[in-house]
Amino acid sequence: MTLRSVLIANRGEIAVRIIRAAKALGLRTVLAHSIADKESLAAQLADETVEIGPPAAKKSYLNIEAVVNAAKASEVDAVHPGYGFLAENAEFADAVSAAGIVFVGPSAEAIRLLGDKVMARQVAALAGVPTVPGSDGRVTDLDEAIAIAARIGFPVMIKAAAGGGGRGIRIVGDAEEFARQFPQASSEAAAAFGDGGLYIEKVIERARHVEVQILGDGDNVVHCYERECSLQRRRQKVWEEAPAVGLPDDVRQRLCASAVALGRAVGYSGAGTVEYLYDDATNEFYFIEVNTRIQVEHPVTEMITGIDLVQEMLKIAGGAKLSVTQDDVRIQGHAIECRINAEDPHKNFMPAPGTIERLVVPEGEGIRFDTLLFEGYAVPPFYDSLLGKLILRGETRADCLARLREALDGLVITGIPTTIPLHAALARDASVADGRTHTRFLEPWLESDFAQLARAREDA
Amino acid sequence: MSTEIKSPLPGVFYRKPSPESAPFKKDGDTVAADDVIGLVEVMKSFHEVKAGVAGSNIRFSVDDADAVMAGQVIAEVEA
Repeated sequence: MTLRSVLIANRGEIAVRIIRAAKALGLRTVLAHSIADKESLAAQLADETVEIGPPAAKKSYLNIEAVVNAAKASEVDAVHPGYGFLAENAEFADAVSAAGIVFVGPSAEAIRLLGDKVMARQVAALAGVPTVPGSDGRVTDLDEAIAIAARIGFPVMIKAAAGGGGRGIRIVGDAEEFARQFPQASSEAAAAFGDGGLYIEKVIERARHVEVQILGDGDNVVHCYERECSLQRRRQKVWEEAPAVGLPDDVRQRLCASAVALGRAVGYSGAGTVEYLYDDATNEFYFIEVNTRIQVEHPVTEMITGIDLVQEMLKIAGGAKLSVTQDDVRIQGHAIECRINAEDPHKNFMPAPGTIERLVVPEGEGIRFDTLLFEGYAVPPFYDSLLGKLILRGETRADCLARLREALDGLVITGIPTTIPLHAALARDASVADGRTHTRFLEPWLESDFAQLARAREDA
Repeated sequence: MSTEIKSPLPGVFYRKPSPESAPFKKDGDTVAADDVIGLVEVMKSFHEVKAGVAGSNIRFSVDDADAVMAGQVIAEVEA
């Protein structure tokens, strides 16, 4: 069936993004929102709104019963979960399906399988995807765990089987530290994720983070090439690009083919992302995890391929086959996305909610700004600090960077501090321009280069 | 004389370090200026709130997990 209506079970810029995509397809849009988001941009744009609870996410956006009841009451055909909140919650996908409503995403079984990091590793290995050297599965016995760690070589990561997105990870340098941390990691994982299962992986030093966008319709799977997200702070992505910088073409082909193989192995349906670490010294890549949802950084892929991933998700959820074949997907140019957060980069990224006084968004070819902001909007303190994403496309990476510098200078947000100055500095950095970055580049760079720039600015 | 302790940040105020723990301070407790009396969660990050003043007989005016504004009074002490 073709969908006629969709409930958006999310907030912020991604709710705005989904509403726009759904409207472009002629769907009736219903936004489920907390009391705190009553005046949000998404609430203004949606055809209808349903209040699902108090500001705290636990009582609203994470409340499965409240969201499913809202979907039933508004008689929608489908529910789009966005990212975060309930997007990768198999129990939620089951509850939506049980109500006779289409869940926009893969099956609950696929979410369950790929959401368990140990099982996902096994599925990847079976599909021929290289995985990071580590334990074959869950490890419970401390002596056995130490033996595995010693075999693969320190430093190693102790990871929670139910973790993901950078959560539930500890890095340990030797056997003694391992013996101390392993039991703690287990009880912490049990408390945080309701599952104390652990596995062990080798630390790949100086790796780049690359990830492949896939689209599946249950029968067929295609890739939309890769993104690179090596600039991270506290394991959170700050700046993303497509395609990856300096990735040899033969490696790109193998990388993307491996993601498709993994997608095919589980009969993947919808949009998904297969994440890898890439060692540019050896040209080796290693599977990390699969995200079974749309990702924050999806626009860079859209900018270089021309594919609207969110519209594609909605069409697939309505029963359509993929609208593109692999040969139709081509890389055109280069795109960069900067996450603009309500944080003060000069005060250790202290979050800063508050009211937006002035908002000026640069316009022009190749510029896109996905945001939840408008002048006079009071950014609530209850949710994450993402205010918007500035995305630029250029013919080459150098052209894209030049356009990005100009666009960042033209983007004005006043009333609260933002991370615009951080991006303006990164866009002018020689190492960034040369692509000499990796996942542990940004934090030392903030301590040295960015701190120095800030001092120079104060002196001036 | 009673002195007000205000939240330095807007967000959600927690009286306990974790859901299973005992509260940092109970009504009636004596506090030192450096004592942590709660946490404010703002945009998914947690910040300690210190009493900022030494005093006795602390009385909280917000409950655990209540939303607070910056500058809102969260407790009073006899200083």
